[in-house]
Amino acid sequence: MKLNDIVMASDKAKGARPYFFDDPMSERVLNIAMAVATEVAVIRERLDTIERLLEAKGVLRQSEIEDFVPNDEQAEERQLWHARYVGRILRIVKQELDAVANPEDNKPMHQIADEINEM
Amino acid sequence: MGENKQNAIGYSLPPVWTKLKQHAVFPHFNHDERARYNFLTNLNRFLSAVIAPGVQTAYEQRVEPTFRAEHGRSFQNRHELRQAISRDAYYQLWAALRRCTMEMRQQNGRAVVLRQAEELAQRVEEILRGHEDILRLKPNFVVPAYLRHADNHLMPGSYHTEYFEGDVANAANYDSGLFVTSGGMLGSLTDGGGRAIAQWVRENYPDFKPKRILDVGCGLGHNTLPIAEAFPEAEVWAIDAGAPMLRYGAARAIALGIKNVRFVQMDAEDMSEFPDGYFDWVQTTMFLHETGGKAIHKIFKEIGRVLAPGGLTLHIEQPQYTPQMSYFEQFMRDWDAYYNAEPYWGHMHDLQPEDLMEEAGIPRANFMQVGVRAVNDLDKANGSQVREDYGRSPIWNVFGGWKPK
Ligand SMILES: C[S@@+](CC[C@H](N)C(=O)[O-])C[C@H]1O[C@@H](n2cnc3c(N)ncnc32)[C@H](O)[C@@H]1O
Repeated sequence: MKLNDIVMASDKAKGARPYFFDDPMSERVLNIAMAVATEVAVIRERLDTIERLLEAKGVLRQSEIEDFVPNDEQAEERQLWHARYVGRILRIVKQELDAVANPEDNKPMHQIADEINEM
Repeated sequence: MGENKQNAIGYSLPPVWTKLKQHAVFPHFNHDERARYNFLTNLNRFLSAVIAPGVQTAYEQRVEPTFRAEHGRSFQNRHELRQAISRDAYYQLWAALRRCTMEMRQQNGRAVVLRQAEELAQRVEEILRGHEDILRLKPNFVVPAYLRHADNHLMPGSYHTEYFEGDVANAANYDSGLFVTSGGMLGSLTDGGGRAIAQWVRENYPDFKPKRILDVGCGLGHNTLPIAEAFPEAEVWAIDAGAPMLRYGAARAIALGIKNVRFVQMDAEDMSEFPDGYFDWVQTTMFLHETGGKAIHKIFKEIGRVLAPGGLTLHIEQPQYTPQMSYFEQFMRDWDAYYNAEPYWGHMHDLQPEDLMEEAGIPRANFMQVGVRAVNDLDKANGSQVREDYGRSPIWNVFGGWKPK
């Protein structure tokens, strides 16, 4: 069975999400920023790999990168990448959605702890 | 950089993620997915090495003095401390970032395994073909209620969820991502705990020749296999509640060439399939804090029952909270209980291990407790300088004892 990783990757874990900042909104923004930071690091690592390989082989000129236009198949691959990218960046919002949609899985952790203590 | 090695500028870098051994059932990671985990491992290392110590500073310099000025006394327990520190801006920032890395680790890992869930399931099935005897799952198995009640350490779906028949996605996520949260401290097969305990038992009890060993709550067998490897003559039984963990674990064992372990789906609260005194050694590793307040007592009763007279039982856990442990340290260790969805962690660490052992038929005179350091093959030089990060330490607390003959 094929799974929808774009949506399911960001599933929220059971229990209400604790917010540490006085204003939860600013914490959501922090989370989005950290995900973006991750992706910047990923790109940096990939570029680093490419540059090192190209340098070793002496195969590419910078102008070829500047002039590149994707064909349809390449374009679709890129768009799929973007969709997953957006899923990663908006994890925190998707999980707020889960919290609203599934209140039964959104009990405070101290309540769960006390209930589990009786199990 | 491959090791937890202190370099010229005095900062200890975690090993790169590609140091993890890619056994035959390991999920495939593409270049960017590996890079994502390298970033997260480094983020975690930075948080624990650089940011977290500031929480103690903020506590000492303003949280405690402010409370003392208001109340004319210091904190009387860790819960009072939690309420006060929760208003501190520096603590808030550290905690928010820490929670964020835990969620990102889950999201990133899920994205990898969900997209290849079908292939993973197929590969496991192929590897297990002809080895059906080492895996026993039960179609009508009831997952313990407390496991269904929370998603431990924020892992959506926990250990038991199967997205389709034969699915192993959550186990593959667990296997490939533990490296990120532990900063590579558990070695290239994430089995540092099992290696340490096997070595410790062999060194301290060279004449101990267990015929049958039971690992309760084995997960995917990370720490079962080193024990099986160290005692190749022994018949090792690994039980767990999660079908994906057992399936993946059985295939992983075969892929790694370990043949003396069988994986059985069983609730540790009722091990009536095993006769009294069936095992010479009963082990649990990082298991007890993920059980429940009633279950834990049933489990120890069962452990005592299946343990042979003269047998050994050992339990690797985080340290208990003792009166000697400061409230601040208790609070930091308790953090996961509330904020990393480990809801039994706090309650469990208030229990006294001597009492639990008595419930398993180990008299106080036979009780033992030691600290055992994880054996990490990636830890070539100066690994010991990695700072302990409350609850994520490579030094484990082991308690247990010998059952009277
Ligand atoms: C944190 S994992 C530890 C796994 C393993 N011992 C290790 O060291 O890697 C805890 C495991 O305990 C299992 N578990 C919890 N309660 C259980 C029960 N009552 N019976 C069997 N397994 C249980 C969970 O399914 C999970 O795989």
